[in-house]
Amino acid sequence: MSLESLLAIAAILFCIGLYGALSRSNVIAVFMSIEIMFNAVNLTFVAFGRYITPLAFDVNLGSLLTGQVFVIFVITVAAAEIALGLGIVLALYRSTNSIDLSQIVRLKH
Amino acid sequence: MIHDIAFWSLSVITIVSAIGVVVTKDLFRSALLLAVFFVGIAGFFFLLSAEFLAVVQVLIYVGAISILFIFAVMLTSDIQRGNPANRMQVVAMVVPALLLVAVLLGVFTSQWVELDAEVQDTVDLVHTRAVGGISESEFAAAVIDDEFSQKAIQEADIADLLVGEYVLAFEGVSVLLLGALIGSLALARGKGSR
Amino acid sequence: MNCQLASESIFYQNALYRFIHDSAGAFMPCSVSHVIAGLAIMLMLVNSVLLGAALVTWLERRLLGRLHNRIGPNRWGPFGLLQPLADLGKLITKEDLVPSGADKIIFTAVPLVMMVPLVLMTAVIPFAENTMLADLNIGVLFILAVSSATTIGIFMAGWSSNNRYALFGAARSVAVLISYEVPVVISLLGVVMISGSMSLNDIVQAQSIPFLLVQPIALFVFVTGMSAELNRTPFDIAEAESEIIAGYHTEYSGIKFALIFATETGALLVVSAVITTLFLGGWNGPLENFLGWFWFLIKTLAIIFVFIWVRATYPRLRLDQIMALSWKFLLPLSLINLAITALEVFLLRDASGNLSLPDLWVMAAINVPMAILLILVMGGLFQKKVNSLPIRTEKPMVPGVPTIEVK
Repeated sequence: MSLESLLAIAAILFCIGLYGALSRSNVIAVFMSIEIMFNAVNLTFVAFGRYITPLAFDVNLGSLLTGQVFVIFVITVAAAEIALGLGIVLALYRSTNSIDLSQIVRLKH
Repeated sequence: MIHDIAFWSLSVITIVSAIGVVVTKDLFRSALLLAVFFVGIAGFFFLLSAEFLAVVQVLIYVGAISILFIFAVMLTSDIQRGNPANRMQVVAMVVPALLLVAVLLGVFTSQWVELDAEVQDTVDLVHTRAVGGISESEFAAAVIDDEFSQKAIQEADIADLLVGEYVLAFEGVSVLLLGALIGSLALARGKGSR
Repeated sequence: MNCQLASESIFYQNALYRFIHDSAGAFMPCSVSHVIAGLAIMLMLVNSVLLGAALVTWLERRLLGRLHNRIGPNRWGPFGLLQPLADLGKLITKEDLVPSGADKIIFTAVPLVMMVPLVLMTAVIPFAENTMLADLNIGVLFILAVSSATTIGIFMAGWSSNNRYALFGAARSVAVLISYEVPVVISLLGVVMISGSMSLNDIVQAQSIPFLLVQPIALFVFVTGMSAELNRTPFDIAEAESEIIAGYHTEYSGIKFALIFATETGALLVVSAVITTLFLGGWNGPLENFLGWFWFLIKTLAIIFVFIWVRATYPRLRLDQIMALSWKFLLPLSLINLAITALEVFLLRDASGNLSLPDLWVMAAINVPMAILLILVMGGLFQKKVNSLPIRTEKPMVPGVPTIEVK
């Protein structure tokens, strides 16, 4: 376990998520892929926070935890995004009876 | 040794389940695989001595977001048509592949300035005990006996950062959550029912 | 070979681990004795959950029988104590059916997915002083997180069974679980605030008087919320046998059903242990150095008895009543409790942020009357609201049967 291997795994996960977000046409599947990308980014935050924490020893030890604080913010934003996004998906399904991204092309209902 | 075994098995679990989420045709199964993926990431956090984050990850991602996904899958009942691919397959393959190559090149050619080995114990202790106090035996296990650094580690808490240095972001996120709450209520209510 | 656990090892504080490790280390190499101690404690936890679940089923059936003024199972063994064994034998020998059209992999994985969080929860509960598998500094959060993972198991069961009733049961159960999660979490914040730690060991040590007296509202909300999350009788619409057969485990039979059933009763045991730890002072009691486990067991049994008593007493609620109880009654109650506790802790704590024994008594003197008053007043308001709802009259399903008035 080293910083490089962690970053490599996070990069692989991010690219899997990106592939899913670009190649799927179901809205829920796209959301899931975006969640994978969020988690990959969180992993890099924590890895950097643990292996590389510049200046923290000179200022105060609390700032060692900056990476974790960022992850908390990302998790919160992701939760808000999913709650809203899935609400929109349900509203779309009610009005168009489909959640296929390639079929939702009209701007009015 | 144990850390390496855990690390590699966790990477296999997360990568396989992530591929499963993206590739599986049955949306319900890919939502379940997503939950497995989240648990794997929580395992990584645990391994990186971020215990608090690992538990938060399980609480929010596995306990809430996976459930939301499964609910959405059930309510839209588009399972029969499954999870079809769109027409941009080539682009969708090439862009992430290029990005991956670029990032991996960057990762492995850079010179990372890592922490010294002797402060790693201190960092781990601060990270594991991001919440709550530290007992004498843990200090003994990490061979930290100087009183000044014990006090500094004891006082390093995640809450101080959240409501201290990053209080503006914290408030912003709270407002965002409130907005999301009201917004999703308004969306779910629909037009017909009032 | 004489392999003793070093005093700087992270397991040194764990008395049970140290005992097994040192006695095995007397004639084995150190690495082997570590593995043996870990495996032994894991086996103990799994078996204590399963055996405890068997005993709780017997206790529940006997006590329900007494409370219903009948005898209950009394044929096998003294007082029918071997009845769970007979049930298990019957269930194992039954055919293990998988319905046609079911998603076989998910269907089979359900008992596992539901069992694992339960065993994980026992890992952080202190049965006596320093007798726990892991003294996590985030124990309370860990218990909440792990218990929320069972929801996925219920969803998997409902979806993969290919059965309408199972799906209804799963949807109902998940709706209940999600709405009761909120007041339960908020009610625990008060406990964490007073003890100043999320580690269950520290919480027990902070209870110089049981938090039953200091946090009565939190206890009330937690017990109600937990009996909803466990699908216990006043809230058991998820498996209401008169409406939807058996809910999400309608299609399960044989050993799979046995495991799911063991999970449900085992969850009752584990939740009672958690309540004991958080509110009743855990292993605190006279001679706690030797009899800690005994006090813990007695208190847990008392909580289990309360759960069974409630089950025998109250009729089943409707889904809308359950939702209203959570959002309109328990949530405001727990928020008020949180505000009051925060104020009290802010005013009473000393310079280093600790609360002394007289402070706790002051809090108890304020909180107990407050709890009685709040529950009575808010309960009255809630009841008035429910009673003022328009009376729905449903069309008779069968011609000739009189109209049923539903309040």
